[in-house]
Amino acid sequence: MSIAKNLIAWLVTGVVILGLAQAVCAQSTAISPSPATDINSRLAKVEQQAADAKSSADNAWMLTSTALVLLMTGPGLALFYGGLVRKKNVLGTVMQSFALMAVITVLWGLFSYSLSFGSGNSFIGGFHNLFLKGVGASPDPDYAPTIPAQTFMVYQLMFAIITPGLIAGAFAERMKFSAMLVFTVLWSVIVYDPMAHMVWGKGGLLNAALGGRFPTLDFAGGTVVHITSGVSALVCALYLGKRVGYPKESMPPHSVVLSFIGACLLWVGWFGFNAGSALASGSLATSAFVATHFASAAAAIGWAAAEWIRNGKPSVLGGISGAVAGLVAITPASGFVKPMPALIIGLIAGVFCYYMVAKVKARFGYDDSLDAFGVHGAGGTLGAVLTGIFAVSAVNPIFKDAQGNVLASGLIEGNLRQLFNQLVGVAISWVIAIVGTLLILKLVDVTIGLRVSEEEEVEGLDLSQHGEEGYYWEASA
Amino acid sequence: MMKLEAIIQNSKLEAVKAALQEIGVEGMTVLEVRGHGRQKGHTEVYRGREYSVDLIPKTKIEMVLPDALVEKAEQAILSAARTGKIGDGKIFRTRIEEAIRIRNEERGEGAL
Repeated sequence: MSIAKNLIAWLVTGVVILGLAQAVCAQSTAISPSPATDINSRLAKVEQQAADAKSSADNAWMLTSTALVLLMTGPGLALFYGGLVRKKNVLGTVMQSFALMAVITVLWGLFSYSLSFGSGNSFIGGFHNLFLKGVGASPDPDYAPTIPAQTFMVYQLMFAIITPGLIAGAFAERMKFSAMLVFTVLWSVIVYDPMAHMVWGKGGLLNAALGGRFPTLDFAGGTVVHITSGVSALVCALYLGKRVGYPKESMPPHSVVLSFIGACLLWVGWFGFNAGSALASGSLATSAFVATHFASAAAAIGWAAAEWIRNGKPSVLGGISGAVAGLVAITPASGFVKPMPALIIGLIAGVFCYYMVAKVKARFGYDDSLDAFGVHGAGGTLGAVLTGIFAVSAVNPIFKDAQGNVLASGLIEGNLRQLFNQLVGVAISWVIAIVGTLLILKLVDVTIGLRVSEEEEVEGLDLSQHGEEGYYWEASA
Repeated sequence: MMKLEAIIQNSKLEAVKAALQEIGVEGMTVLEVRGHGRQKGHTEVYRGREYSVDLIPKTKIEMVLPDALVEKAEQAILSAARTGKIGDGKIFRTRIEEAIRIRNEERGEGAL
């Protein structure tokens, strides 16, 4: 009985509150200004609505791009690499990508975003945005004036995730999981964050848009992502040494099918990576999208054709490796070049990276197991240089004089100086990658050790590091 | 009773199965195997590195037959599995001492 009484009491209270609210609303309508009073306030309202609409449009594309770039790491890169290793290491390899999706995310929130994109000096950001302080709904006009700062932050996070993931191609099949975690965490802080700040951060030494000392054109991360990871990969391959049995034992990819799925996901995800780097959904995004696609296509043809000529057969692995090489090379150029130069950049990248992987690696004998250096280091360096040649102001008027007149971008517009700046950017990336990686490897080596034991390596990473198997054939039906 | 083990090309399994069924062979066991005879495999190239594959996937058919059916079965396999090229495979024949049906312990050719 008492429950029913209570219910009735609540219902009555609710009705009274509703009635009051209605009365208040009616009153407030009555005291609003008459429509004819202020044309300016109406204009301001329309302007606000237009800005909101643009922000919504840009934000929609940027959130989509953010998701696309995460898709590049998992499952894209994870499957691309996972297929290239032996069966016993497939889980260990996909886990290296997946773990970064979790670990780098936490770091980014706590302090890495601040170190990369907070205001600081020419080399590294400061601590203003620790724990994402001040990173909210309102845009950061220096970076992306039409989207919430939080969107920019989470978009950049996806780049920070995939970059150390790329290095895994060099130490595949032989690094301890614990060592890999410590290495990539340190690498992210010591190499990635400063490099991202220098190229993209406020006041960064190489920043082309925000007044850097040596403005380097790097639209989506040719230096920050691909050179740093690719060159670090080479250092890892040299420091760790070869896998047990390499090169005598045959170690062919255990599933080119997995790699195929991964590479195609990378291709699709790369539209978020490059076209998303416009940080808006306007024509620059379209231009970068088109350049990205064209370069990838031409590079797939370039690599496969080189193989066809040398081996008599074009392989699937060659085709997809070429596509990835083209995507790497067009990354710094994507927001600065027209479609036809993109085709040229792709074609050169496909042939060049094939040569690096098939010839140069064999010549020097390092065990860059999945060719992280041959594709990302070599392709990234090539792309950074070619950006300095093919960048045009018609695509992206990034350089302006004091009066706001557009200046020449790349060498084909007569700006020889830009080629020099690109080389400075490349050199700095190489040096930071080499020094930083060596330092971290040494540190991890003397503390917890880098490699699994020989028995564990023979057993495979799946069982020795994770206690499971990728393909459990004995499972009952 | 005789056991026939035929190692054949994977692509010939359906044809051999059909030919055996036609002459009245009622049971067989089929295995996916890898191996090589005089044919020494092939090479594969991944990113410029050559790998020689010397164990090639083949199909192995095992069947235990009443004596009367053995010759006919061999002929059926030979004509259905032959392409005339290296790698067509081999047939092995062995004598079988006993066959027992687990369900009712029936023995000999009647158990086949």
